[in-house]
Amino acid sequence: MNALETVAPAMAPRAARDVRVLVVGAGRVLGEIAGPRFAEALEPGDLVVVNDAATLPASIPVRTAHGEELEVRLAGPIEPSAEADAVLLGSGDWRTPTEKRPAPPAVARGEVLRGGDLALEVRSVAGRRVRVRLAGDRARALAALWSVGRPVQYAYVPAPLALWDVQNAWAAEPWAVEMPSAARLVDFAVLSSLRARGIAVATVTHAAGLSDVGSPPIDAFLPFPERSRVTSATMRAVRETRARGGRVVAIGTSVVRALETAARAGDVFDGTTDLRIGPGTALLATSALVTGVHAAGTSHHALLAAFASSEVLAEAMRASVARGLLGHEHGDVWLVWR
Amino acid sequence: MKLAGRTALITGGSRGLGREVGRALVARGARVVLVARDAAALDEAVEEVRAAGAAAGGEAYGLAFDVGAKEDAHRIAGAASALIGPIDLLVHAASTLGPLPMPLLADTPCEDLAAVLDVNLLGPFRLTKIVAGSMALRGGGLVVFTSSDAAVEAYPRWGAYGVSKAAQDHLARVFAVEMPEVGFVAFDPGEMDTKMHADAMPDADRATLASPEVVGSALVRWIARGDTKSGARVTVKEITR
Repeated sequence: MNALETVAPAMAPRAARDVRVLVVGAGRVLGEIAGPRFAEALEPGDLVVVNDAATLPASIPVRTAHGEELEVRLAGPIEPSAEADAVLLGSGDWRTPTEKRPAPPAVARGEVLRGGDLALEVRSVAGRRVRVRLAGDRARALAALWSVGRPVQYAYVPAPLALWDVQNAWAAEPWAVEMPSAARLVDFAVLSSLRARGIAVATVTHAAGLSDVGSPPIDAFLPFPERSRVTSATMRAVRETRARGGRVVAIGTSVVRALETAARAGDVFDGTTDLRIGPGTALLATSALVTGVHAAGTSHHALLAAFASSEVLAEAMRASVARGLLGHEHGDVWLVWR
Repeated sequence: MKLAGRTALITGGSRGLGREVGRALVARGARVVLVARDAAALDEAVEEVRAAGAAAGGEAYGLAFDVGAKEDAHRIAGAASALIGPIDLLVHAASTLGPLPMPLLADTPCEDLAAVLDVNLLGPFRLTKIVAGSMALRGGGLVVFTSSDAAVEAYPRWGAYGVSKAAQDHLARVFAVEMPEVGFVAFDPGEMDTKMHADAMPDADRATLASPEVVGSALVRWIARGDTKSGARVTVKEITR
């Protein structure tokens, strides 16, 4: 695939009604449907599964004790111990692509990084991967985090994103480092049209993690192990759907990772998953994936290869370019049947 | 709704009805986040509410944010869910009367009406939008809007407040028809002996006013009974048995 064969990024958050869905299956591009008519791409008896994790203000500007600026970027949820995994990035706002930022200053175990009323105690350091603890009273520290932190930004988006730009309409627990953005398609109007067509909706909660940050020592580890919770009610719905010949449609790669982890665990899953899905991975739960239009070569693309061959994915990208679909977090989506 | 172990988010939590609803919920073992602007008053309320629930396994936390500020809505919902998990019960008890003494409607500056709507209508709308969606996907939950007889009757000098409460009652009705998995009620607590009542009617005979503690625990008993009808407007008299 040459460099020209990729779509332009969506430059700003878009409403669910503006999202276009390219349908891929049976070894080819089947066509396109407008987002509000998504239910018509499915059949009664199918099951749609969404990730109900809300998005964290994961990008936290702080200073070291010596006054040096840097960004702490959360890599997972705040745990009950008030600790979280994070990575360190050099200073700079969203206009500076992370790969062009200066290296972050060195930090030491026990050091306290401060931003506004927030104090982050460094518990351990492994290169640019760290573990931090929110110091002080838990409610105050969380209020400070939500006041100081910003959602992870994208250099190609001209205006900074606010928290309301990166939340799905029905999201609850703030576990996601970046928005489970394919689910932007599923607003309340789509939810009610799914139900009206006899298509049930179930949830997983999965800490959708960091995407590439432009630092090879960090990116090589992606995707990091991610916190994931799949209830027995959701797995029962998956089994019953498959047993009667229905299909399970995962909205977003995080849902695939969660469902396939739970299917391998037997039933429920409530823990951290390091399951990597790629070409040849058996899909025990999922029949289809809705996902944004992403370039080949990313960790994200590897997961798509479990659903379709590289030839089919290349055809889908050519069709996306020809049709003027938009890419990245706020772009259009593919519905890929395996 | 069985309340032990349930999660509740309450605005206007530092005093009056909000604090008393918090106290009654925590006493039944619920896990509660109180929201108010004044951090010192909020700390005091959290201490008191927490003490009321220590034996029942209830928990209480405070978040000092402004319901009337758009940028605070996701801060409240996000930090609250990080503290106690997805929200089962949302109680909108924060309200403002606007400038005091309350002016006639024709003397009310447009900006003052807008400020009242920000706290009493847009604030509850924003938080409900964020929280009720997850209640719907999880298959249940309850949102209580605090109403007033000024939402129904036209009282001189209660214009801005009454308009905001009438519109809020209608939020409950429309949400109820659009989101059948979730309960939405507008609750009229009647005249209570609160700071708000004293601000509005400083000469009222306090002996004729209900205590917010009595009204708050009546509301919580009613929620626990579970005979809420979504979209309904209910008065404290109707729910007190």
